[in-house]
Amino acid sequence: MSLNCVWFILIFVLLAGYAVLDGFDLGAGVMILLTRGSDESRFFINAIAPVWDGNEVWLLTGGGALFAAFPAVYATVFSGFYIALMLVLAALIFRAVGMEFRGKADNPRWRSFWDTAFGVSSLLLCVLFGVAFGNVLRGVPIGDDGYYAGTFFDLLNGFGLIVGVLALSVFTMHGAIYLACKHAPSQARLTKYAQVSWVATVVLFVAATVAANYMAPSLLAPAVSSPIAWFFIVLLLGAIPTVPFCLRLRQFTLAFAASSIMIISMMALAAVGLFPRLLPALGEPGRSLTIYNSSSSHLTLLTMFIIALIGMPLVIAYTAVIHHVFRGKVSLTPDSY
Amino acid sequence: MNGLDVGTLCRIQFALTIGFHFLFPPISIGLASLLVLVEWRAWRYQDPVADSAGRFFGKLLGLTFAVGVATGIPMEFQFGTNWARYSKFVGDIFGAPLAAEGVFAFFLESGFLGLYLFGRQRVSKKWHFLAIFMVAFGSIMSAFWILAANSWMQTPAGFVIRNGRAELTSFADAIFNPSTLPRFFHTLFASFIAGSFFMAGVSAAVLLKERGNQVARYTLKLAVICGLVVSVMVVFPFGDMHARQVALTQPEKFAAIEGLYTSQTAAPLVMFAIPFNKPPELKAKTEIPAVLSWLVFGRIDAKIQGIKDFPPDDIPPLWLTFVSFHNMVVLGLYFIFAMSYACLRLWHGRLFEGTKFLRLLVISIPLPLVACELGWTAAEVGRQPWAIYHVLRTADAFSITLSAREVLASILMFSAIYLMLLILYLYILVAKVRHGPDEAGGKEVAA
Repeated sequence: MSLNCVWFILIFVLLAGYAVLDGFDLGAGVMILLTRGSDESRFFINAIAPVWDGNEVWLLTGGGALFAAFPAVYATVFSGFYIALMLVLAALIFRAVGMEFRGKADNPRWRSFWDTAFGVSSLLLCVLFGVAFGNVLRGVPIGDDGYYAGTFFDLLNGFGLIVGVLALSVFTMHGAIYLACKHAPSQARLTKYAQVSWVATVVLFVAATVAANYMAPSLLAPAVSSPIAWFFIVLLLGAIPTVPFCLRLRQFTLAFAASSIMIISMMALAAVGLFPRLLPALGEPGRSLTIYNSSSSHLTLLTMFIIALIGMPLVIAYTAVIHHVFRGKVSLTPDSY
Repeated sequence: MNGLDVGTLCRIQFALTIGFHFLFPPISIGLASLLVLVEWRAWRYQDPVADSAGRFFGKLLGLTFAVGVATGIPMEFQFGTNWARYSKFVGDIFGAPLAAEGVFAFFLESGFLGLYLFGRQRVSKKWHFLAIFMVAFGSIMSAFWILAANSWMQTPAGFVIRNGRAELTSFADAIFNPSTLPRFFHTLFASFIAGSFFMAGVSAAVLLKERGNQVARYTLKLAVICGLVVSVMVVFPFGDMHARQVALTQPEKFAAIEGLYTSQTAAPLVMFAIPFNKPPELKAKTEIPAVLSWLVFGRIDAKIQGIKDFPPDDIPPLWLTFVSFHNMVVLGLYFIFAMSYACLRLWHGRLFEGTKFLRLLVISIPLPLVACELGWTAAEVGRQPWAIYHVLRTADAFSITLSAREVLASILMFSAIYLMLLILYLYILVAKVRHGPDEAGGKEVAA
């Protein structure tokens, strides 16, 4: 396997890690929007407070790795999706400070305001990430200079929007289940939210697959011919019914594992469909950015691979330790927000 | 947009966003390192005063860190969004330190900060100490990687130009390029100063309100002792080391910041002057003969190149580089005097008495940050007109797909958000300091 393929997989791992980890605190943000200002939302905030920052680092590292391994893709996607990414930045900033500022004044309107800011930013991020991902899957217009040749409004096409709403529903489900693991008194209510968003997720995933048949046909062909794809299809088909089954049995930790597998499988299927392209060019397949024509030099890919080999086991080890320390139900202490 | 092209707007946005971001990491790095000392005491000596100090400053660290993280995210995005041509040109080299910063630093800082802030009840004292140690270590690692990347723009090394881009030939040469270590240590110690003045000023504010507060007495003492050591070290050896490196590797920048416009032997050290750009000229100059040559080369007859020796298209703006550099030096001297005087008062047992000096410490809190901003301005404006020194011009680096309208809109967005962040940060900081640390050993009431 060439280093280019290795880096395709590693960037997928970073982004899937981000989706599974920050996915639950984005979804928790949507729940906080529904319970804003209440004591319940305070429990929700504190359920994600110790870990959300570390979760978000997966995105930053994914961005850094994309920059290092495939600079042409990083340059084209980031400059091309300018307005969308500026909105992402604004939402990320509001989320980060909303969490920190919320508990700093004992005033119900202040708390309600920051809960709303946190929730709206979380919801917006789910949709924006979904729309951006949908557009990458569908392909975007690329000029002969290798840069994005469309506008912000070109991103708001049918397929992009379906994936946007799909991302919102899957992260909402994921976040509701995470909170159910963390706060027993809200479990009945959270289970309902998780069930509703589970239905939406399944419907939207089917809709996205059908839409891809018409709008992104090059995506589906590899996804049914490759054995790797079938592995993830089976995994996905196993995980989908497991989620509501475990919710009914009140086995929230298992439900969380199943919903994580759902997210990973869906993203893996998309990655298999995309491979070896990173950014398909709409209408001009020759201009697509692939892992070969947009990569860094061999030496850089190798150096980065060594960094990843040293760094990632450490990261996974202490991420696991920290999640282990904060396992179990959330309780409010003097250090809480 | 008359007069303001996309390139200029991208530069304004970058200066605005990084200038604002850079207010917070120096405090985080400095404060986290001081908290390592505080928590060590709390753990090894079971000292309730140090424990209470850790809780109090830990919350301020959390607040500062959150704003630092929030404003740091746009930095990594902006290379791609606003500087796409730069990103394509340097991705082979520049992306690696950014990714390494993520893998080796961000994960450490953010993960262990959560453990430090929220884990007091969940882990042992030893693990809690280890958590703040990891936060401090991670924040220093983060500074290293980001300064390695930035230093590569100042003194690029370990690459060739091939396939229309810069390609890596040696990772070690690129990371440890000629300016990385001098700039890393100088900036790191500047951050320690920012942390010391922050801790000293906050403690002084608490003491002004409650004279006998044991926690504030302890942290003030710690901050002024550490503050004196790091204020001296930032100038010597590290400032001196950095200045000599600039003189040897970026002579245009050195001539601009020092105000040396004509090449000469026995070059003077300019203490005060008003610089003019066209023609390059210093007015109302006060200088000490031969000192600059002696400082750089150890000989008073060494020749140093002046600005007029370089092509006019390759020299940085003269006024801004000279003024920011010299004001940074003035502040650096003030830090040494202020901390020396504080240690003298401590020696005589008068540090916690009186009000004038404590008030001076309070209003000095932002000064190290001003010095950081000035030093950074001298460094980055001094690199112009190059994005990568002698390799890529800034004018060839910004994204060509952007319109001036889009960038203007994002500048307005960032300005509005950052203004709000600054006001809220200060509001919460003042409220926390007014509330003060809780009685040593006493349990804090949940807010």
